[in-house]
Amino acid sequence: MTNTPASAVRRATDPRQIANAALSSRWAKPIVFALALVPLFWTVWLAYSGELGAEPILESVKQSGLWAIRFLLIALAVSPLRMLTGVAALARFRRMIGLFAFFYASVHLSVYVGLDQFFDWPAIGKEILKRPYITIGMGAFVILSALAATSTNGMVKRMGGKRWRILHKGVFIAGLAGCLHFILLVKGWQTSPLVYAALCVGLLAFRRWPLRLPTTRARQRLAPGL
Amino acid sequence: QVPTTRKPADVAMDAVTPMKSATTYNNFYEFGTGKSDPADGAKALRTRPWEIVIDGEVAKPITIGIDDLLKFSMEERIYRLRCVEGWSMVIPWVGFPLAELLKRVEPTANAKYVAFQTLLDPERMYGQKSWVLNWPYVEGLRLDEAMHPLTLMAVGMYGETMPNQNGAPIRLVVPWKYGFKSIKSVVKISLVKEQPPTAWNRSQPREYGFFSNVNPDVDHPRWSQATERRVGDFSRRKTLPFNGYGEDVASLYSGMDLRANF
Repeated sequence: MTNTPASAVRRATDPRQIANAALSSRWAKPIVFALALVPLFWTVWLAYSGELGAEPILESVKQSGLWAIRFLLIALAVSPLRMLTGVAALARFRRMIGLFAFFYASVHLSVYVGLDQFFDWPAIGKEILKRPYITIGMGAFVILSALAATSTNGMVKRMGGKRWRILHKGVFIAGLAGCLHFILLVKGWQTSPLVYAALCVGLLAFRRWPLRLPTTRARQRLAPGL
Repeated sequence: QVPTTRKPADVAMDAVTPMKSATTYNNFYEFGTGKSDPADGAKALRTRPWEIVIDGEVAKPITIGIDDLLKFSMEERIYRLRCVEGWSMVIPWVGFPLAELLKRVEPTANAKYVAFQTLLDPERMYGQKSWVLNWPYVEGLRLDEAMHPLTLMAVGMYGETMPNQNGAPIRLVVPWKYGFKSIKSVVKISLVKEQPPTAWNRSQPREYGFFSNVNPDVDHPRWSQATERRVGDFSRRKTLPFNGYGEDVASLYSGMDLRANF
């Protein structure tokens, strides 16, 4: 997990080692952080230059919601990817990516509350109670908030590893709820929300599946070096 | 194409929506479900030759070509358009009352409803390859709604020929109903005895009724209909019953429970 000397990178020929070294470099996190902000700045730029379409407010709500789901799925993909590829350094990015999912969900909710509904709290309250897709979306946001609030190392210590892990299994519920929110809000049965939901279910199913493998040897085969 | 007679209802006093918005923000699922999909995808639509078959409970069924339809006396009508999704526009249509067309075929006493159908052409309307709706798109009106002077067959907008993404070469415009009732790229009009199926009602009957009159008091299960945002505006405005055309059309529904007949 610490910085790998540059000489080690040069000597390495195993792609897994190269990937591990690259992802462990001190530039990796700032680069991923910057990349994760690209959708935000791109959307703000489009809005500023009037290229966000005829309904920029709804388009911002849609884009931020989409990116929240995408980052949630990427965060859920980290562990399976690590097991499949054996690139252990991927784990360094899981928390940051999860926090970006929360960040885009916050933007999504803020634009809806502030710009789409213009802080019409009675109307918003009614919508949350009355529309199942909004209720479900709010549920996902509440879960993500709890996970974000307890995402620091200090919180892991204060809660104790076991309780913390149980709470953070909530990410699965948040992921499914986010996808369901998307399926329910579009008109008719559209393809893309179903694709996101299928990916989410697939990522969850993957976690069940390796647990049933005959323990260490199979894990070793799937993820050597772990 | 200069309008000669105009009633107050023919001209919405609100500011007209910029043409760019009206031609780039479209629900036309035949060309994809994204709002900007039709502006791009509908370029593939061929609108010549084009014919409308008018049949059913009529004395004189006809098949009429688009060039003959363009010979009708045209009017410009500036109507509000309210989408069930909670946004609205103000669009200057060019067209003629549907009643003019229906009178030619002489509906019989059996004709109670009018059924409309959009072109079915999955090769060019590639959205028809998806299962988001049962294709072709169909819509329907009661005969008195269809004969109402506000009900328009539009062949253009903003003084120009109808852009493909807005339903070229000819579409229906019923300003007091949610936008999806105003069926695009019409190829068939049938006068029928029974209430015909409609595309969105067939897909989700709990959410979309046959009448679908704009009604701020009856919520769609997923969207409040109390307010709308006029495209280009920042804040929302209150939605008017019958989209503001109540004076002209409310009498069509006297005695009906509009909550049950949504």
